[in-house]
Amino acid sequence: MEDRTTQITGAEILIRCLQEENVKFVFGYPGGAVLNIYDAIFSQTHFKHVLVRHEQAAVHAADAYSRATGEVGVALVTSGPGATNAVTGIATAYMDSIPLVVISGQVPTPAIGMDAFQEVDMVGVTRPCVKHNFLIKDINDVAMTIKKAFYIASTGRPGPVVVDIPKDITAQFAKFSYPKTVEMRSYNPILKGHTGQIKKAVNLILNAKRPMLYTGGGVVLGDAADQLVKLTRKLGYPITNTLMGLGGYPGTDPQHLGMLGMHGTYEANMAMQDCDVLIAIGARFDDRVIGNTEHFFRKDRTIIHVDVDPSSISKRVKVDIPIVGHVQSVLAEMNELLEADTKKPDTAALTAWWKQIEAWREKKCLTYDLSTDIIKPQFVVEKLWEVTGGDAFVTSDVGQHQMWAAQYYKFDKPRRWINSGGLGTMGVGLPYAMGVQLAHPEAQVACITGEASIQMCIQELSTCKQFHLPVKVITLNNRYMGMVRQWQEFFYGNRYSESYMDALPDFVKLAEAYGHVGMRIEKPSDVEPALKEAFSPKLKERLVFMDFLTDQKENVFPMVPNGKGLSEMILSEEL
Amino acid sequence: MKHIISLLMENEAGALSRVAGLFSARAYNIESLTVAPTEDATLSRMTIVTSGSEEVIEQIIKQLNKLIDVVKVLDLNDGRFIERELMLVKVKATGTLREEMKRMCDIFRGRIIDVADSSYTIELTGAGSKLDAFLEALDKTVILETVRTGASGIGRGDRILKV
Ligand SMILES: Cc1ncc(C[n+]2csc(CCOP(=O)(O)OP(=O)(O)O)c2C)c(N)n1
Repeated sequence: MEDRTTQITGAEILIRCLQEENVKFVFGYPGGAVLNIYDAIFSQTHFKHVLVRHEQAAVHAADAYSRATGEVGVALVTSGPGATNAVTGIATAYMDSIPLVVISGQVPTPAIGMDAFQEVDMVGVTRPCVKHNFLIKDINDVAMTIKKAFYIASTGRPGPVVVDIPKDITAQFAKFSYPKTVEMRSYNPILKGHTGQIKKAVNLILNAKRPMLYTGGGVVLGDAADQLVKLTRKLGYPITNTLMGLGGYPGTDPQHLGMLGMHGTYEANMAMQDCDVLIAIGARFDDRVIGNTEHFFRKDRTIIHVDVDPSSISKRVKVDIPIVGHVQSVLAEMNELLEADTKKPDTAALTAWWKQIEAWREKKCLTYDLSTDIIKPQFVVEKLWEVTGGDAFVTSDVGQHQMWAAQYYKFDKPRRWINSGGLGTMGVGLPYAMGVQLAHPEAQVACITGEASIQMCIQELSTCKQFHLPVKVITLNNRYMGMVRQWQEFFYGNRYSESYMDALPDFVKLAEAYGHVGMRIEKPSDVEPALKEAFSPKLKERLVFMDFLTDQKENVFPMVPNGKGLSEMILSEEL
Repeated sequence: MKHIISLLMENEAGALSRVAGLFSARAYNIESLTVAPTEDATLSRMTIVTSGSEEVIEQIIKQLNKLIDVVKVLDLNDGRFIERELMLVKVKATGTLREEMKRMCDIFRGRIIDVADSSYTIELTGAGSKLDAFLEALDKTVILETVRTGASGIGRGDRILKV
């Protein structure tokens, strides 16, 4: 027998690794293949384990924790069904480039490939939706693998990394030593942008007549908002954010034209289409953002694209000046160059351009019909913004409510708006709110959701009770899968196939059954008082589930129909 | 256009499936793919024959580079290179065919490596196009079986793909 006095189990090694990485929360759910790990968790105090009610929620919560803090989120699930339940969460994080380490248990090494109980090839299943994944085959690889997992997840273009650990490995003994550094000859993310390219870009930016800044999630994830604000203010140019980029530039600032894309503002989409120099920063010309690529193309427009991921550049739209690098470092370099440059933006051209933009703004595309007898969903979001002083963390699910949240809650700070942009995963809202509330216990956290989406992870109301998470759930209850209904109204001749929400539970009673506070709000005049009450000191410690009965037939405008060009928006009054 | 891409990757379990998975997930063409260890046991070398517009090839190279296990990627078509593929063909060799098959094999500088009563097995190396030409030159009915390795490629002269 080897001397075991200096040796610890694989499970203990794993826990020590998480401590070394300064992990504060592990979101998880136990099962056979991870029992050794849970046993090691039992006697440690370094991090808090948050027991969710479904593995999907564990990954979503870890994902939101990361979005709200910039740290790597950590989830722990068992083999087989635990692992497959986690996949939606992993794919969601992957599409939005969120750094996660997801640890999954695996059947013991000798049982792999034998169709063992609760065996699933997790490395195979997750391959297309992770930045990287590992199957640990030797206890001596545990520490290095975890080190690599955190390194890969958090550097370059971030993303989820799965580490699959067979049960026998967590029971074996070995010495623990955590590597201080990691070097991989096959992985060297680029940090600094090419100075020559940056100079060229700055020169082009200063010579623009109709400039436009278009920024995405990369600015938020790259912690580059300060540099972006500095650059934008100095130039005096208009700016738009993608759904993922909201908060990267203050939403209440006059230079901000609002969100662009399928449900973007008229002014943002028109300026995007008509500019002569487009400065894309940490954004990826997604199909929901620029619509039809052929329509988007313009001969007389030059595009600068800053992104940490070379494969995002010239993927959907050919760009003229690519700059591969960390957005924060590239923007800092641009700011320095601008500081030193004697050339200033062309004021005359800029004045004319702003005049044009103001004319577009005059359309007031986000106006909606206020009503005294039926609650308009937009009104709820506007009131929420007022009541929370524009300073809440807002999570959302997927659907119309998500778009209204993005349009009407003006985010002034980064990492405040937490939603599934890339995968569009219904069910994220509540687990996202849990991750955010744990990261910021004192903050106001609102989850704007729909009555369909909320039911996809509603079991997490129980987790919220256990961990005292005073999230405010704002359900915009239109008794429809609203976004589906809207498409059916516009493009399928009002045939509302399976998009109604029948047999809804009584959400007030449901909330109460879980030990929370429930409210039903049916009149517009009750919206503000109810919100004020929910966010009052009296209910500060409580989860409040607010069921707003909203206009069933309200639609999201403006809208660029699928496959159309950005400037081919449907505005509400045209209908 | 057809491109031959060479890459060096960590000799890890699953590395091949990452590359194969990338091509199918992103709907890239894949004509052939060969992989084998190199003189450095920690590295595998892969040769992929693919086709697509310049934009698609550019994306393929970027996406391959993005795979964590991939150490280096080289589009051989960016310079001068040599392409070789090995093919084994079993052909009918009865009566007058015995002489004719031997002659065809000589013309294409192949070798007969197995002789049976009614068949020959011919070994042929060369660029893919040469192997295609050989098959086209034969009467379809005489070909009993073919097996090809897929292309390997290497840069000419000082062009070296190494870590
Ligand atoms: C998991 C999942 N399934 C299906 C969809 C397709 N989908 C997108 S929006 C939507 C309706 C959402 O309804 P609800 O949550 O009530 O929000 P509303 O649009 O009414 O605001 C559906 C079904 C999805 N995005 N995610």
